[in-house]
Formats: sequence, structure tokens, C-alpha cells
Amino acid sequence: MNRRVVVTGLGVVSPNGLGVPAFLEAIRNGVTGIRYVPQYEALKFNCQVAGIPQFEWDILKNYVSEVTFHGLQGQAIAYGLMAAVDAWKDAGHVAAGEEALWDAGCVFGSSVAGVETVKRIFNRVDAGEARKLGSRVVEQFMNSGITAYISGKLGLGNRVIANSAACATGTQAVLMGYEYIHQGLAKRMLVGSSEHVDQYIFGAFDSMRILSRKHNNVPEKASRPMSATAGGFVPGSGAGALVLEDLEYALQRKAKIYAELLGGACNSGGQRKGGSMTAPAAPGVIRCITDALDNARVKPADLDLISGHLTATAADTLEIQNWCLALDRNGRNFPLINSLKSMIGHSLSAAGSIEAVGAVLQIKHQFVHPNINLEDPNGEILKLIDLSRMPVERVDTPINIVAKANFGFGDVNACLIFSKYNQHG
Amino acid sequence: MDRREILEELKRVLEPYTENKELLRNINEQTDLVKDLKINSSNLVDVIIDAEAKYNIEIDFDSSEKMISVGSCIDVISDKINK
Repeated sequence: MNRRVVVTGLGVVSPNGLGVPAFLEAIRNGVTGIRYVPQYEALKFNCQVAGIPQFEWDILKNYVSEVTFHGLQGQAIAYGLMAAVDAWKDAGHVAAGEEALWDAGCVFGSSVAGVETVKRIFNRVDAGEARKLGSRVVEQFMNSGITAYISGKLGLGNRVIANSAACATGTQAVLMGYEYIHQGLAKRMLVGSSEHVDQYIFGAFDSMRILSRKHNNVPEKASRPMSATAGGFVPGSGAGALVLEDLEYALQRKAKIYAELLGGACNSGGQRKGGSMTAPAAPGVIRCITDALDNARVKPADLDLISGHLTATAADTLEIQNWCLALDRNGRNFPLINSLKSMIGHSLSAAGSIEAVGAVLQIKHQFVHPNINLEDPNGEILKLIDLSRMPVERVDTPINIVAKANFGFGDVNACLIFSKYNQHG
Repeated sequence: MDRREILEELKRVLEPYTENKELLRNINEQTDLVKDLKINSSNLVDVIIDAEAKYNIEIDFDSSEKMISVGSCIDVISDKINK
């Protein structure tokens, strides 16, 4: 079938902006969403800063009925629902009436289900009060809770899937949606991911000693991808959502088109050849990037911008080395590269979709967002690529093709290739 | 507490689970929770849990199965309160 796939709607809940207009303004201007969290100091965490969306819980009343609102407590569900419904509306689509929308599906991922709900279950059950849990906890602890709320709200009737692939979750969700439309299995797919890093998940990462700990008193400086002082990542929360659509379907209804999704790839390094539970194997990463370009029929030389995974750990240098090898480009010839995590931290499963929304916005508005906190670029990275390739100020320049990649625990990789929409393909 | 008072309080217990609040205005003992108030049947569990907390009573499974209409809810609640 080989259908072309375009992006027609966006939604985002980001630590530096709620909704697409605020988020666009923030990434254009390098606005941080990282804040000090007093509770984390009280809990004796090494890292006491986080990317937390300024999300007022009552916003949800615009998205669900009063009865549904009563008893809803999952933050990840709330973020995902807002981003997804916003994207659907942004695309000009409406919710189903009595009949489900059989041509529209959803792939939406997360790392964990509603942690708040799980905690409530533990407390009640352990106290011998299971009978007091009520009817609303199962739907919020199941991994498919977010997709269940989204598909119910909008009446989506095609395949509805909750995926999970650690930090590659969001990118993978976008790719899965792309593949279904590309193969002619759906006309519209609402794709994305959501994450709420609460103190328990945060604590587990803190214990691994991979989080930023030297900038607790200057939170806006704490997330420093590609810098010499990158000392670990800053956990973040949020959600990103994209409406993917069959090009012909979008043209027929005269939809606004943000960008085309040319293709992508998703694989695993198999935890072999340097790959492990926590480290990506170079052969897997390189293959994922080259497969994505092949799938999208894009030559490495045509890539204008890389939206990297780049979390601000020692892995940043390895990532750039892998890009250099995969593209056979380095020094001044390397594409521009940036990391949204410098502004919002690393929102695990949500990272891929929020960054994909960012990538699409950079194509639509023809700019490259700055890498903030890159006053001191890592010397090892400078041996690979030229300083000019890592902009610290916004660059207003023609952006035609962007690669968006993420690499996750378990040695999973995903890479998307977006392009400016051109009617001739 | 008489049946009239329990009914008034029951309205507040049912309120969060009733989408159309107008329907609550004229409830009487014959009002069916699912058919008339359009309460999702899975939420009847929550109504029972909330009623237990409100009246500090325990409603066992057999009693809760009888709670279909406003009148039968009042039967069960007044029975438990007066025990």
C-alpha cells in the first residue's frame, strides 16, 4: 500500500510549557522547566531538581466529565489525556458520536501505570481494607489506562495499544502509528506517550547514581547535555501527542499539515557487544539510524538536524560517536544537533513524544532550538563534531529533514525521520 | 434519622456519580439508580463505599445487592444505622 503519512495535530504537556503555543515559545527562547523540589531534599535524594509541568489539576475538568473527574488521580493519565485530546482538536478532528471512529486508532505508551493508584492499593490491601478500594483503581493501574481514557473520550475504533520500551517508548509509539497508516490499516493514528515521575520512581533512579546532583541550588543549570560538567540527567514528567494521518485523507479534508513522517526504525542491540540493561550497544544504535534513513529513503547528507537522546551523562559522547559513524559525517560536516532535555530534563517514556513534537515544530517554524547550559562543551565531543553544530542560541535556518532518536534501558532504540511537507514527495 | 433525612443525605452521596445533576432534584423512593439516574453500574460499588464512610456502617455483600433504588438504599442504610 505504501501510504504517505503526515502530522496534522500536536499536543504537549511539558515542564516548560503547557499546550503547544506555550511550549513553542519556550523552546524558541531556551526557557527551562527544571525546578528545585523541597520534598526531594527532605527525602535525602542526591538529585533535588526535576522537570515538572505546571499542571493545575482542575484543567482536567475541560477533558473529562464530572463523574470521571471524581476519582481520577493518575498524573500520567491526566498528562496523556490532555496532550492527546489537544492534538486531536488541533488536527480538526472531533470525538465520535454514537458510532466509533473505525479508521482512527491510538498507540500511547508509558513506563509505569498510575503509581499513585498502586500505592493506594498497597496501603488499603495491607490494612485489610481491599473492599474500600472502589471501582476506579483497576482502570488507573493497568498499563493501558492512558489509552483506555483517550480512546473512550474520543471514540477511537481502530487498534488501541499501550506500548512500553523505556526511554524509546514515545518514539516507538510514533513509529507504530506510522506503520499502521503506511500499511493502509488505519487512516488516523493518535500517538504519543506520557510519564509521571513521582518520588518512588525518582528515588529508584537516584539510587543508580545517574542523576544530576551538583546543581541543586541552580536548578536551571542542572540539565547539561554535551557539556564537560554533564553529571547525570534530571528526571522530568509530561506527555506529548501527535496526530498522524494518511496524506490523501488529510488533503481531502484540507487539513493543516505540520510535517511529513518519512519513516523510521526501531530495534534492539540485544545487550551484546557493549550493550547491557543500561547501555546501548553501538552496532544496534548505528543500525537503527541507518535503517531509519533507508526506510525514509533519505541520504545521510540530507539530514539538517538531529534531535538527540542526549541525557547529560557519559553516554552523550558515545551517542554522538554513533551518529558520526552511522551518517559518515563529522566535524563541520555534521548536522546541527540539539537536546530538548537541556530545558526540560529527561521524561523517560514521555521524552520521545515531547521531543517529536519539538522536532515537528522546528520544521514547521524553521528554526533550531538552543542547547541551554552548554557553556562548557565536552572536549571528547569536540574531537568528533565542530562546536558550531551544537547551537547555544536559536538558529533561524531552513530545516528540511530532522532525525529524532531515543535509546532506552534494555538496549532498545528508535529513530524517526521527519521532513518538511512537500506535495511532490 | 428518618427516611426523609436519609434521602436528602443520599442525594449528596449519589451526586458525584450522577452526570446529569438535574435528575437528582426530584428523586423519590422509586428512583432506580442505574435506569433513572443513569449511574454507571460499576460506580454502585463506590456509592456503597461512600455511604459506609458517611454513616460509619458496614454494608455486606448481600445487603449491597439490594441497593438498586433510592428506597432500597434507605432500607439498608436505616437498618444498619439502627442496629
